[in-house]
Amino acid sequence: MSESMHEQRRSSSQDATTEVEPSESTRAEELRDELDDLLDEIDEVLETNAEEFVRSYVQKGGE
Amino acid sequence: MAIVKVCGLETEYGIVVRGVDSNPVTASSLLINSYLADLSSVGFDVESERPGADARGRELSWEPDPDVDSLLVNAMLTNGARYYVDHAHPEMSIPEVADAREAVVWDAAGDAIVRRSMELANRVLPDGAEVVIHRNNSDGKGNSYGCHENYLVDRAVPFGLVVRGITPHFVTRQIFTGAGKVGSERPGRTTDEVGYQITQRADFFEEPVGLETTVKRPIVNTRDEPHCDPERYRRLHVIVGDANMSEMATFLKVATTAIVLAMIEDGAMPANIELADPVADIRRISHDPSLRATVEMADGRRMRAIDVQWELLAAATTWAQRHGFDAVAGEEVGALALREWEQVLTGLDTDPERVADVVDWVAKRRLIEAYAARHDLRPGSARLRAIDMQYHDLRPQRCLAARAGLRRITTDDEVRAAMTDPPGSTRAYFRGRCLSKFGDAVVAANWDSMVFDVGSGPLRRVPMNEPLRGTESMVGNVIDSSSSAGELLRRIAG
Repeated sequence: MSESMHEQRRSSSQDATTEVEPSESTRAEELRDELDDLLDEIDEVLETNAEEFVRSYVQKGGE
Repeated sequence: MAIVKVCGLETEYGIVVRGVDSNPVTASSLLINSYLADLSSVGFDVESERPGADARGRELSWEPDPDVDSLLVNAMLTNGARYYVDHAHPEMSIPEVADAREAVVWDAAGDAIVRRSMELANRVLPDGAEVVIHRNNSDGKGNSYGCHENYLVDRAVPFGLVVRGITPHFVTRQIFTGAGKVGSERPGRTTDEVGYQITQRADFFEEPVGLETTVKRPIVNTRDEPHCDPERYRRLHVIVGDANMSEMATFLKVATTAIVLAMIEDGAMPANIELADPVADIRRISHDPSLRATVEMADGRRMRAIDVQWELLAAATTWAQRHGFDAVAGEEVGALALREWEQVLTGLDTDPERVADVVDWVAKRRLIEAYAARHDLRPGSARLRAIDMQYHDLRPQRCLAARAGLRRITTDDEVRAAMTDPPGSTRAYFRGRCLSKFGDAVVAANWDSMVFDVGSGPLRRVPMNEPLRGTESMVGNVIDSSSSAGELLRRIAG
């Protein structure tokens, strides 16, 4: 990214944040970060061969 | 007059064994027998070289043994629960409890017992093999299994009135009790039409009322096996719900249903909330996570599911002011139920994301949508279905619900205690304490009776027809101070 574009982004984001309640934007950021961390965790623990895992999961009917 | 809503939950778990060939009946038996063997192995070192050696002399095995005539394990535990194999699934039926919060505690203990069973069964399996248990209701391939609820209802109330009163709640409560599912199992529906729905079970319901539980499932089940005094009581057996991972969702499911049943008994139901076509509605509502779908009432009005729930809540609030909370075991749990019911409806009516810490289908959808966005996946793709399933995976290192930020209503300590201790509030107390203290003398333990061998004379049968007798306050002292089953039976007979 060129320096002038980078400066443009920074100044425009500064303009945006001065309009918003600090608590709202930090809370929204917190939630996004939480969700990002959660997605990272899902990537780690999700079955590696999802196709096979899902395909092979069959149950007998119960009540 | 509403009677105390003694209640219980029975959960059928999904089961697969990975890394070795097995069938679900054998696997379920291994799971449960591993737990029972561990319980009975006082002083037995399960870390020793023969983990499959049960102290009773039988080897545990994952391989079907044609010489064993019945692999269908069925055990009553010292916490008053029944742990058994049913229709190729391991099933846990919690002890009878007096209120919705106790139901969540013993239900969580049931899951803890299953997790412990998994650990123990895995030691018997070959290296690298493991048993995988899901607390869900659908395999995504057209097969379904249940999480059933049971509620004590006054036999004097005509069953038709119960059906009419409870159906709107059964059809609409899914907006906070639904566990969510990718896709649909209705013939002809594709994931393009139903990318994500609110419940696991709605697709499987085909009748408004009926006796079936495995095919043509009815919204209201007519099974009539009260396991208590049949003149005074009915046990309403409920098959329509999803199994929840969220403790608060389980609490709301049981608490709101108990309240609605008490309102029916007290003649306090709002008029005119009968649905014209409950079978079509249960699916229409499930297939619309926007919560905007309306259903037709018997009087022709159209209402959203959440509007039906708002009316039920309003009626419940009035009912509680007039009758108090005795029928739902008191002010504390009853007031909590009304508060949480209102909060969850408010959240759903404003922005469902706000109740992602309570409502399973919302929590699950949040994971699925964010994951789909990050990896650019189409609805119904394998990884999203895998997330759907893994939400319910009981392996701690895999369970996605455990990572989703759901609110707890229990403590770890009380859940651990409930794995071995019965509730003090119902006849389950007598059952559990006798199994624990006088287990050797117990010949049979059923829901409504126990049979003892006191060492001499004929076997003694103790009837337990009243769910609210045999409680801690009634029999705790006499059990504590009796040194044998014979002495106990003499003293309670006298």
